[in-house]
Order: sequence, then C-alpha cells, then structure tokens
Amino acid sequence: MNDFLRRLLFLPEQASSVAREIDTLHYFVIGITMVGATGVFIAALWWSIRYRARSFEASSTTPQVQAGLAVEGGLLAFLVVLFIVFWVVGFSQYLRMRIPPRDAMVVYVTGKQWMWKFAYPEGKQTINTLVVPANRNVQLVMTSRDVIHSFYVPAFRVKQDVLPGRYYTTWFRATRPGTYRIYCAEYCGLSHSAMWGDVVALEADDYERWLEGEPLENFVQLPPGPPMARVATGLGPDLPAYPRGIAEASQPRSMADWGREVAALKGCLACHTLDGQPHIGPTWRNLWYRETPLADGRVIIADEAYLTRSMMDPMLELVQGYAPVMPTYQGLLEPAEVGAILELIRSISEPLPTPARAPEPLVRPPLPPGSLDRVDPARALEFIRETSERVTP
Amino acid sequence: MKNYLNCETTIWSWLSTKDHKRIGVMFLVSVTLFLLVGGVFALILRLEHLTPGPTLVSPNMYNQLFTLHGVVMVWLFLIPAIPAGFGNFFLPIMLGAKDVAFPRLNLASLYIFWIGAILTIYGVLDRAADTGWTFYPPYSSQTYTKATPVLLGVFVLGWSTIITGVNFITTIHTLRAKGMRFMDMPLFAWALYGVSIIQILGTPVLGIILLMVVMDHSFDWGLFDPARGGDPLIYQHLFWFYSHPAVYIMILPPMGVVSEIVTSMAHKNPLSYKAIAYSTFGIAFVGFLTWGHHMFTSGMSELNAGIFGILSMGVAVFSAIKVFTWTGTLYRGSVWIRTPLVYIFAFLFLFIFGGMTGVAVAATSLDVHWHDTYFVVAHFHFIMVGASLTAFLAALHYWWPKITGKMYFEGWGVAGAILVFLGFVGTFFPQFLLGNAGMPRRYYHYSEQFQALNVLSTAGSWVLALGLLLVLVTLIWSLVAGEKAPANPWNSRSYEWMTPSPPPKENFPETPRFVRGPYDYHLPLEPP
Repeated sequence: MNDFLRRLLFLPEQASSVAREIDTLHYFVIGITMVGATGVFIAALWWSIRYRARSFEASSTTPQVQAGLAVEGGLLAFLVVLFIVFWVVGFSQYLRMRIPPRDAMVVYVTGKQWMWKFAYPEGKQTINTLVVPANRNVQLVMTSRDVIHSFYVPAFRVKQDVLPGRYYTTWFRATRPGTYRIYCAEYCGLSHSAMWGDVVALEADDYERWLEGEPLENFVQLPPGPPMARVATGLGPDLPAYPRGIAEASQPRSMADWGREVAALKGCLACHTLDGQPHIGPTWRNLWYRETPLADGRVIIADEAYLTRSMMDPMLELVQGYAPVMPTYQGLLEPAEVGAILELIRSISEPLPTPARAPEPLVRPPLPPGSLDRVDPARALEFIRETSERVTP
Repeated sequence: MKNYLNCETTIWSWLSTKDHKRIGVMFLVSVTLFLLVGGVFALILRLEHLTPGPTLVSPNMYNQLFTLHGVVMVWLFLIPAIPAGFGNFFLPIMLGAKDVAFPRLNLASLYIFWIGAILTIYGVLDRAADTGWTFYPPYSSQTYTKATPVLLGVFVLGWSTIITGVNFITTIHTLRAKGMRFMDMPLFAWALYGVSIIQILGTPVLGIILLMVVMDHSFDWGLFDPARGGDPLIYQHLFWFYSHPAVYIMILPPMGVVSEIVTSMAHKNPLSYKAIAYSTFGIAFVGFLTWGHHMFTSGMSELNAGIFGILSMGVAVFSAIKVFTWTGTLYRGSVWIRTPLVYIFAFLFLFIFGGMTGVAVAATSLDVHWHDTYFVVAHFHFIMVGASLTAFLAALHYWWPKITGKMYFEGWGVAGAILVFLGFVGTFFPQFLLGNAGMPRRYYHYSEQFQALNVLSTAGSWVLALGLLLVLVTLIWSLVAGEKAPANPWNSRSYEWMTPSPPPKENFPETPRFVRGPYDYHLPLEPP
C-alpha cells in the first residue's frame, strides 16, 4: 500500500529514517484534500442541476433557507479537530526532524554560488559529494558564504536553508547504502539549477576505509556532476563539469587554467598582460589584493569585489595612468567565468602574507586546545545546543 | 439615453474623469493588458521547460522572466484587478452612492498605478531584475541586473493600493444609502472592507523594506548584509508580514464576487450572511499572524514554526466556512447555470484543492519536503490563478452587461470557462507531482526524470492560453455584435441591477430607496 501510494504521488524513494512516517501523513492529508474538493464540487454541481430553473421572473421567489447554528457549529468543530490532528502529527514529526540525536556524527557544510562544500572533523574535505555511513545519525552544521541557499535531499525529505553569517543544523539517518541527489532549493542566481550534489551513503566499514584515504570510486559509481559550464554559457561547448568528489584530487582542470582560456577567448589579453608588463590596461600579475591608485585619487584594494566591478563597470573606478577605453563585460561573461578569471589573477600573484578569505566555515565551534585540524563532535554539539534556540519535545 | 459611457466622449474626459465607473473601467483595461504581458512571460517559461536543458532562452533570461512574471502578475494584475477594477465600479452603486468618498484621490490612484507600472515595465526592458518576485537579500542587493526600477515600481504601486483602501473604507462608513445598516450591505462590500484593511496595514511594510533593498542595491548601504551586521532573515519576516496578507488581498475580493454570483444565479439568500461577513474579518485578522509558514525551513525556532503552523490552520477554517456557505446556497434555489456560475464551479474545486494543500503545507513536517518545490508553485497558482483569476473572469461575465450595456455570447462564454478550467488543471496538477518528486522551483535546468510531467504542464499552458484568448476575443466581439443588455438580465435582487445598463453618470436616475435587502429572494421583486 505504501509503495503503491508513493508511486502514485511520484514521491521519491524513502531512504531516511523519517521518510516513511512523513509520507504516511502526506497520503492522509492529500487523500482528504482530494475527497473534500471533489465532494464540494459534486455537491455544488448536483444542487445546481437538481434545482435548475428555466425561468425566474421578477415575481418569482425562493424559500429563505438559513443555516442553523448547530450545522455551522458542527462543521466548524469538525474542521478544527481535523486540522488540529494534522498539526499535532505534523509538528511532532517536525520536532523529531529538526532536533539532532545526541549521538550524531558531525559534518560541516558550506553553500556557495554554486556548489556545496563538506568538511569532516577528521580533516577530509569534499565538494558536491557528501559521504556518510548508512544507518548512522549524521548532523550537518551548515552555513553559506554568499547568498541564501537551501540544502535539499528529496529522498531523505530533508531541507534546510543556509544564510550567510548564520549557522544552522539539520540531521538525517540514511537507512540504506546508495546515492541520493542534493539540490539547492533556494534561488541563488544564475546557476541555481546546477547547484547539485550527491549524498553517498556507504556501509560502515567502507566509510571508515574511505575516511582513511581509499578512493570513493572503489565503493560506488558516481553519477556525472551537474552540467555547470554548459548551463552557464547556454550554448557554448561542454566545458568540464563542476569539480566533485574529493577536492582538488579529482578536478580535471583548475579554475585558473580555465580562466586563462576565458581571458584569451574574450579578448582580455589584448590589453592586459600576465607577465607584469603594463599595456593598454594594467597587468594582472601581482594585482590580487594589491593597493591600486585610482584616477580620482583614491587608493583601493584590488579584491574580488573591485576586480569584478571593473569588469562590469570599467569607467567607475579607473586605475591611475590608464585611458578610459575598456568596454563593459556586463552580459558577456557568465559569473563562473568571472570566477575563473579571478582565480587566474590570484594564481599569478604572489601569495598574500595573511589569508585573503576567511577560512571555511566562517564561524567554527571553539576548537579543543591542542588540536587545530580536528573538531571534537561532542564539543561542537555542546556548542550548537548552547547557542541555538530550542524546544524540547 | 445618456449613460456614463456616452455622456462625454473626448479622450480628455476619460483622462480627467472623477467618475468611479470610468476609473474602474480604465483599471480593468490596464490590468487585462498586464495579465496578457504576464501570461506571455509564463508561456515562455513553460516552453523553456519542454526539455531539461536549454530550450529557448538563456539561464539568465529565464531568471529574469520568472521574476517579471511574478512581479507583473502579483502587483499589476492580481492585487488591483478586482478591488480597483470591479470594486471601484460597483461599491458606490451597491451602497446607493453617487461616487466614492474621495473621487479626486481615486483618479490619483489610477495615475500612481500607471507611474508604478511604467517604472516596472522600464525595469523589464532594461536589464531586468533576476531576483524572483520575493527580492530576497543578500542576492537582491548583489545582483548585477537592474533591480532598482522594478523595486521602485512596486513601491509606487503600493501607494495606489493604499489610497484605494482608504477610499473604500471611508466610502463604506460615510456614503451608505439612507437606512442601510452594515449588516444590510451586499457581501461584496464586506469583502472590499476586509481587503482595504489589509491593504492599509500591510502595504507600508512592503514599501519600507523594498526601499531598504534599493538602498542596499544602488548605494551599498548593507542593511541586509550579514558582514556588516545586517540580517537577511529580518527581511524575510517583514516581506511575508506583507506578502502573506497580500494573498488575502488577492483572494478576499474574489470571495466577495463568488458571494454575489452564487446568490444571483441561484436566486437565493446566502445560506448564512453573517458567516460570510464575519469570516471575511476572521481571514483579514488571522491572515496577519501566519506569515511564518513561509519560513519553516529558513531557520526559525521550532516554537515559532509550531505557532505559525496552527495559526495558519485558522485561516483555512474561515475559508472552509465560506465554501460550505456558498455551496449550501445553491440548495433549494432556482438555479440558472450560466457562464459566471460555470466559473464558480471551477472556483470551488480549485479553491478547495489549493486551500487544502495550504493546510497540508502548514502541517510543518510536510512543508520541509515541499518548501521551494513545484508543489508550492502549484499550491499558490491554484489559489491565485485557480481561484482569483477564475473569479475575475466570472465577475467579468457577470457584470459585463452592466458595465458595457451588451450581453456576452452565452455558448462561447461556457466554452471559454471549460477550456480555462481544463487548461488550468492540465498546467498545474502535474506541478504538484513534480514537487512531490522533488523538483525545486526556479530551476532552469532539471533532471531528466522530471521531463514527462513538465511536458504535460506545458501542454496544459497552451490550453489555458487558448481558453483565455477565446474569452478575450468573444467578449470584445460582443461589444460590436452582442445583444443590448436589459437592466437586470439575471433577475437579481442585488442593488447594482436596479439601475439601467450601463448606469447613468450619477449611478441611479433618481435617489434610490432600498426597501429590501440585496438577497431577499423570498419576496417578489418590486419595480425599482
């Protein structure tokens, strides 16, 4: 019965500990909705046909029918009771879905335009692939680096928005090994619909071996990643998909290399050099985060914000000593290509004395003394529990 | 005979008119135009979804299109359509007044509407906003598209809404015919009263936060930038504090329309006048306390989610009371099954289905899966298109004889209603299933598994478009070839039918005396 209804309603597989009971409430509520809407529709149609009239003259009358208090009150009571039942069942499920069990392991999640990054207390980091052990409670501690995203795994019936500057938690327990799609569910700009990933649930033993460094391909065939580049450029050639799996290691080509290609194709290199020679425009070598004098006398740090502004609105903050000749690249560069160019500039600049970007996650729970690269899940949990507003069921 | 249409005929006489009927007609023409604009956007969106990847437009253009579709449909069609259009035209007549309380302000509200519309359309033409109609920061503060004209356009449109609300409340309080008590008013007037309260209380909040986003976007104030101490979540709270009641701005006037049409077509008193009138205020009041159900996954505390969940159910109770009352009104009536009533049948089915799925999402745990998926898209289109647009079309046919003095074509009218209903169900029912399957909304690119349902939905959109086109063409044709309308084609007892069609400039040839109620079908109609 469960399986029949699930397929009838096009619901995805039930791969988490809560999916089954949520679906049961779903069948119940949607069933009543269908019956209610059809019932009233048929009643209206039936009475209209039963009491249809060929003519109704100015002198004609109809009896004055007034609903009695008993009928109105009865209906009201019935509805209130029905809705309260929905609410009690739904809310108690909601509390269970939201409050992580105490024994859950922790993974840190950062959403950014347009990928998911996962960091494990053990030190592993992955992009777009969240590897977890099956049948174990997993708590996610999540944030965003830029705009609002939403972490959504349909097969788990789990969703949580992430806002920059705030931390959120959610949890799940995958009930069987498998690969389950992650979507971003909160609109986040151009490639929102390509912000995919996968949860890979492994057997406990396999998970331990993966943690110790065995490649993921040994356990599971990963589906192809989101067609990022193709989506971003619309019609362009199939550029490499977004990096996935273990960061860096499985990346087919670095973003800096891609940036070099974009810079050549879009004509940037006609005016900007990569070797330190000033040309029609300033060179890109050692430009990253350097103090740059502007034509209007100000001095600005050439950070990501300034560099991207200069691509889109070149006349706004002109560098001192250069003619105002650069055309705008508004609409000519997709954001991912802008990112690639930034990465290129960064790669040909000398490393900064201090990190330019805040380490991720931006706000980490306090680290236990003496261990800078490992986070104790118990301490982290304590921190979360202390800092978030909760209702205990 | 002189009526409001032919008493003066110059273009200037229309542009400078203070006659509420002419202003209502100009609003109706304007919103219909914007319905077409928003509809074309929707058709392109649906076409794009024929295939999982790029089909017709670029991803950037797709994002702009769904933003503009939302903005145009919400602020340029749904919100003004029935109150500013039919409300302006019929409220004073129903109260036995010569005009609204502030005729000059009424004209101003039309011009402000046009200014807001021009700003918004300018924003459409020049690097249109891609933020979604919700304008969530921090994305809306950062986007490189031009969000400012659209934001300012909506801000200006808000003023038009507020002025209309003030005007209606004053009119209802001060200009009722001699002897008409509040509980003698037609139910449409009650609906307009309820909606005016929401417009006055809610719209300023929207105006304030949109201006704040403009400051963020254009002048980099960082009001919602977390790096500088701003809080994007506050924006969501304030946005939905307006935009959830805005749903009732869109649905209360249609409810008033349904009350009028059901009683007129069934020639019967409403099953309970008080239940309909009071539940209007129940909805207007509780509607202000439910905004949090848009944010169950936004990171509210669990306690908040629970409270907002149960309050949301309250709105459903009031709405259900109305539905049962309308349906019961047909019982033992003397029912004429005409085009407006066919639309009302569609309304009942779509409104209950849409409303009950609203109850479903208010059961917090279910919302976690459905939030920001096509399920929610389908849910609010069932309410906004299924109920509001259907009621708008019902009203258009029902009052067409009074407004234009011509009868529409009955056969074509029914055909249009059936096409619109089938097209609507075809478009949006598959979207419920898409949401169940887990397809998030605002997705340019979707997984192959979702394609079949998307194709179905796109095909439905063509049927819906065909239906709407049929309605438009036959109504316009009826202006040329339609029969001349009698004063009271429905033998209704409602007051607007006691004056000739179309009404004279002063609404009634002589000062009306309403000696019986607008729903007294148990008494024979006296000659007016």
